[in-house]
Amino acid sequence: MDIHALQQIVHKTRDARRKQTIPKFSPADRDQLIHKYHPDYRASAYRPIRFGPNIDEKTVVELATLLEGDSLIQDDADLTPDYTTDVLVIGGGGAGCAAALHAHGAGAKVMLATKLRLGDSNSVMAQGGMQISVAPEDSPVTHFLDTLKGGHMHNDHDLLKTMVDDGPAIAKWLIELGVLFDRQADGNLHVKKGGGSSKPRLLTCSDYTGLEIMRVLKDEVLNQKIQLLEFCAAVELLSDENGQCSGAIFKDLDNHRYVVVAAKSVILATGGIGRLHIQGFPTSNHYGATGDGLCLSYRMGAKLAHIDTFQYHPSGAVFPEQLVGQLVTEGIRSEGGHLVNAKGERFVNELDTRDVVSSSIIRECEEGRGIRTMSGRVGVWLDTPLLDVEHGPGTVEKHFPAMLMQFDRFGIDISKDPVLIYPTLHYQNGGVKIDTNSETNVKNLFVAGEASGGLHGRNRLMGNSLLDLMVFGKRSGLTAAGRAGSMKQGKLTVKHLQRFRADAKKHGNLSNVISPMVLPAYTRKES
Amino acid sequence: MSAQRGVRNERFSLTLPLTLHPLTGLRNMAQEDTNVIDQPEVMKPRMVSIEISGKKYDVPEGITVIKALWYTGQEVVRGAGCLGGFCGACATYYRIKDDPKVRTCLACQMAVQDGMSFTIMPPFPARKATYDIQTLNDPKQDLFNLYPEAPLCRNCNACTEACPQKIDVREGVWKAVFGDFKSVSEMFMDCVMCGMCTPVCIADIAPNLVALYVSRAQGAHFTEKPLGLDVRIKEIQDGRFNDEWKKVLAMNEKDLAAHCATLK
Repeated sequence: MDIHALQQIVHKTRDARRKQTIPKFSPADRDQLIHKYHPDYRASAYRPIRFGPNIDEKTVVELATLLEGDSLIQDDADLTPDYTTDVLVIGGGGAGCAAALHAHGAGAKVMLATKLRLGDSNSVMAQGGMQISVAPEDSPVTHFLDTLKGGHMHNDHDLLKTMVDDGPAIAKWLIELGVLFDRQADGNLHVKKGGGSSKPRLLTCSDYTGLEIMRVLKDEVLNQKIQLLEFCAAVELLSDENGQCSGAIFKDLDNHRYVVVAAKSVILATGGIGRLHIQGFPTSNHYGATGDGLCLSYRMGAKLAHIDTFQYHPSGAVFPEQLVGQLVTEGIRSEGGHLVNAKGERFVNELDTRDVVSSSIIRECEEGRGIRTMSGRVGVWLDTPLLDVEHGPGTVEKHFPAMLMQFDRFGIDISKDPVLIYPTLHYQNGGVKIDTNSETNVKNLFVAGEASGGLHGRNRLMGNSLLDLMVFGKRSGLTAAGRAGSMKQGKLTVKHLQRFRADAKKHGNLSNVISPMVLPAYTRKES
Repeated sequence: MSAQRGVRNERFSLTLPLTLHPLTGLRNMAQEDTNVIDQPEVMKPRMVSIEISGKKYDVPEGITVIKALWYTGQEVVRGAGCLGGFCGACATYYRIKDDPKVRTCLACQMAVQDGMSFTIMPPFPARKATYDIQTLNDPKQDLFNLYPEAPLCRNCNACTEACPQKIDVREGVWKAVFGDFKSVSEMFMDCVMCGMCTPVCIADIAPNLVALYVSRAQGAHFTEKPLGLDVRIKEIQDGRFNDEWKKVLAMNEKDLAAHCATLK
């Protein structure tokens, strides 16, 4: 059936739905729903990791295979350094830029390497906003509790307290750099309510929050003349004789040469894993989100946390086909957008946490109340025109210009017609285990941002990622820079690789792949 | 450009069948279900002829320009970024059948159509001024030192026509020169820094870089300081929340969960 014909039920039922209130699930019902429908509980998608720091712990097959993967670098590789620096930042997104700027500001010699361009990241796409407790009726403690509740109480308390306490100072730093957050009439920061939060706490730059922050941070990295190594993918870390991190080896993607960088500390800010398409899900992630930092750290002996849990953002586009997997911002639901099934019914409190909302959408579709597109995908409606009905004409255009333009390119006006959505692979809840200075159990190896784990528990709350990036980017940068003056550059070896390979051999070398993946294999091999 | 945007979505409804995802080779396992309410036929894609950097290929109609590159067997390193229309890495020139007009798009946000011809824009060596945003003396005057070419705009409007984000770039450059930084910062909130406004400028202005400077100056120098934020920072420094923290952090798991449950 034509998509316009299918949409009619949303228009027809709108007035009736506006009078409804949908209660949130009780904790018991919530757990039951998640266990039955959330992809994290699909046992067949998981297997234990066969060796290494997280031996016998389960993760998704796609990630386990890469973690057990072999390195491109041979034991006898030439490790003569091409560059020497105090702090080597790997990754050019939000965490990487924040780390580089703070380390540079603290007087260290900094190099920032990234496999794509500076700024190419998930950070640039963040639309929903950044959670910081700036409102008078809010507090860091409430922010802590909301996040804990959203993470199903599995969050690392120390990391979480650090993040919420550091938040307001981060906002100030960004404003001083020229980031244009939305304001109230009195000049104070405007705050919006996000899913799973008890108080309005989201700082926004319309629906371009990540883009605005990244434009400014990228510009600042260039203004500070921080040394860049673009289109260079990290393929191995270096360790000294004590197993401490001492640099990294890159592959220059332009000329395919290896580049060796000696560094007193390494900060991995390599982001998430969406492009592994775990369980076959489409993803909202950027081209380079292939979990490189996890593989690199794991081989060095760094322990991972919560790597069995991923976030499937409730609203990934299902139609048109060109936008499949891309996000329809949660902001639409924050402002009252309804989720509607094929019968024209609401089926979940739209502001419940992401895992609950995603599970309920999957439930609707699996029980036959989804809407199928011509290309065979299935989803439920997000009633976007409702926003103009509730808050006045022009609301969608004013509050969601990015979203409006994205669909307009394909002839769809989201202020007039609802959009079809289905959960999309969005975020890696876990990652490399870090302490409050963002350091791993491998000395001088720091991990910041999505690649790190523990802070978000088993489900990240909307708007906490942008803050995570800035807080732990800053802490890693400052700690690494603070250490640089009083330490010597460690030797450059790949002894950790010999250990890793011996371990792999003992367990049968089963993976048979080279990791990190660097870029997804989208290029079609034959016609 | 705007005439191009009115394309009806029906054109693109014939797309890739579920079982043959040519780009990831993945089945969409998450969506294998039986839907009783509506089961339209899953249709096979129609193939269309396109030109990539002057070479002819047949690709399924309606896939994005970036996916057409992958479909035709090309490795993409430069020219792909967020794949969501936000990063500007995939700035592309294209032309549609029998139309002499060369247009611009983001390759991840544009569907191919029969007779289309395109090329990804190579990195362009635009000059970016460097500055310390916090110590500028007179940001509106400093603009002319940092970007002396900015006032030389000859009003040709090519930048506006080249913008895939539909920003009125030319107007923005003039507003910047006349010191209306606030308007510029609002107009350029959509800017993905793809840089397609730059190669077309006959006055060698890089409008996106000018606008970025102006927006940052607007934020750092001409926007009211949020007083509530300073109050909160001081409260945290002064330990205003210490008692509450102590109470919360001393709770056992069960009490903490019960406490969290009281939040609405």
